[in-house]
Amino acid sequence: MNLIGENITYKPDDQFHLNDVSFNFKKGNLYTILGRTLSGKTTFLKTIAGLLNPDSGNLSFEDNDFIKIPVWERNVAMVYQQFINYPHLNVYENIIFPLKQRKISEDQIKKDVEEALKTVGLVGFENRKIQELSGGQQQRVALARSLAKKAKILLLDEPLVNLDYKLREQLREEFKRIFTQGLSEDTILIYSTTDPQEVMELNGEVIVLDEGKVLQKGPAKEIFENPRNLKVAEISNDPPMNILKGTKNSEKLSFENILINSPSHFKNLSDQGYNFGIRASEIKLDDQGEEFEIELAEISGSETLLHLKKGESKVIALIEEVMNFKIHEKVKIKFNENKLYAFDQNEELVSSPYGVSHG
Amino acid sequence: MEKLYKFLKYTFIILWTVFIVAPFLWAISTSFKDFQSVNSKVTYIPWLDFEPTLEGWRVLVKSPARGGVDIVEPYFNSLFVTCTASLISIVLGTLAAYALSRFTFKAGFVRNNDITFFFISQRIMPPIVLSIPFFIFLSTIGLLDSLIGLVVVYIVLLMPIAVWIMVDFFNRVPKELDETALIDGCNPYQAFYKVVLPNSIPGLIVAGMFCIIFGWIDFFFAFILTFTEVQLLPVKVVALNSSITPWWSLSASALISVAPLIIVAFVVERYLSKGNLSGALK
Repeated sequence: MNLIGENITYKPDDQFHLNDVSFNFKKGNLYTILGRTLSGKTTFLKTIAGLLNPDSGNLSFEDNDFIKIPVWERNVAMVYQQFINYPHLNVYENIIFPLKQRKISEDQIKKDVEEALKTVGLVGFENRKIQELSGGQQQRVALARSLAKKAKILLLDEPLVNLDYKLREQLREEFKRIFTQGLSEDTILIYSTTDPQEVMELNGEVIVLDEGKVLQKGPAKEIFENPRNLKVAEISNDPPMNILKGTKNSEKLSFENILINSPSHFKNLSDQGYNFGIRASEIKLDDQGEEFEIELAEISGSETLLHLKKGESKVIALIEEVMNFKIHEKVKIKFNENKLYAFDQNEELVSSPYGVSHG
Repeated sequence: MEKLYKFLKYTFIILWTVFIVAPFLWAISTSFKDFQSVNSKVTYIPWLDFEPTLEGWRVLVKSPARGGVDIVEPYFNSLFVTCTASLISIVLGTLAAYALSRFTFKAGFVRNNDITFFFISQRIMPPIVLSIPFFIFLSTIGLLDSLIGLVVVYIVLLMPIAVWIMVDFFNRVPKELDETALIDGCNPYQAFYKVVLPNSIPGLIVAGMFCIIFGWIDFFFAFILTFTEVQLLPVKVVALNSSITPWWSLSASALISVAPLIIVAFVVERYLSKGNLSGALK
């Protein structure tokens, strides 16, 4: 009864858009597809919707071969990153459009639309034209249309990416509420995004996609704590996880003439070269620390992002207060060695502060 | 400097307007004159300069046997040919344009762009090149000197315009709109006429306007492909001879033959100036 994909490959030109993707999505769950732009997220969702047919592989839902069913009979709903609504219809007509296509009774339609409008907070906007709405409201209409449809599969393709910062924050909160309350038990919700923070907040099952390939599957917490390899570590952190090439030498780790104590969770690692990973938030200003040169300082909201350099190594540090720095100024920083990751020469995770699972 | 520029600008606009409008005013004034007012002295303003009469206009609807020029039949011929050909061109052209905009065609080395170019190339060739093939074609199928034959030829001339304008229009309609319609339960035909078409009305109006204008003003093919049975308005008007037909009737026939275009232009101008053309879609 699940949505099952087996070895789905889609390669319209020389590049893989989907490369041997398999999954098993259960009803009532939230799945997030995390990947950078052009990683194949949209292709993934369009394949499930039926807008694209994979070159090979199977897709089945409720024990039916999904690939043989045309889009308009699949009963899926999709929200695009562009705000796609029907410009010639008003808000109410937009939302009832899919319901009318399915010949649902007038009374039921009325009830469903009211409910959907309430959920997205657009009650009173029924007779507005789409063009009169702001971007955020347009996206709410698109979401309401998808919700009112009560589709068994709900696809959201980076629904927040074209909104400004404040609206994005606000809608993200609402999405969380809608997804936890407003969805029935038989809905499969698939949400794609480039933003790791969204993934963590929505807290569903995550699929990390890169160049059409699934890099890692698992709960959001697992992806955050134990990224399987360097690429996942990069994709699932914003700013990307800092990677420093170095070596372990019994009790010490060394990179770029820096010598720090090896953390306790590294004690089983053999002495050799590693790629050490550390999150930007685990680097702190400290007078006892190592001297780095500032290349760039960005202030975003209540945080300061420092792009630092020492020799060949570049790291990004996230300072949780607003501070003014001069470019080329020298600062001293300290790495929180208890939060260090170690990836081997093949870029696979071998040790994480959350106790891995390696091999 | 600013003032000088403004002065020159308005002077130019006024001169140009006079240049454009004067012949019309002259024709309107002349069409209400009679023999006396045209030949005695220079007159312009009705009631003050001369006594207006409707004689010039009455001649247009009289049959030749009673001394008239009977412009009614050619007028309706032109109306029928232009409207029918425009309508068919718009319908076929819109369908072709949608297909060219949304689907990828491959036939040997032929691609979408080549097909689009094929349509447009019908307009690139000078009409005189097409005249002989058209003549032979129509005479072979026995449609020379008939309204249907003219409609067929005009479809060939007008459809490229419709395809050209509509391909460009559909290319600016996001593909996601069609996809959303499909996801919302429309089959591809329903997606086209329930969603894409209602959002393409501005494009359809512009394409229709161009078809009507180019169909209405065509003299060349109307002249070559008809003899005695059927006559279109431009041919009829040109054939009027000032030594037989009086000036006031010539003026009236000229005015009435451009009237539909003026109406079309004004209606569309209203529509364009409202900014509706760039569309309901961002």
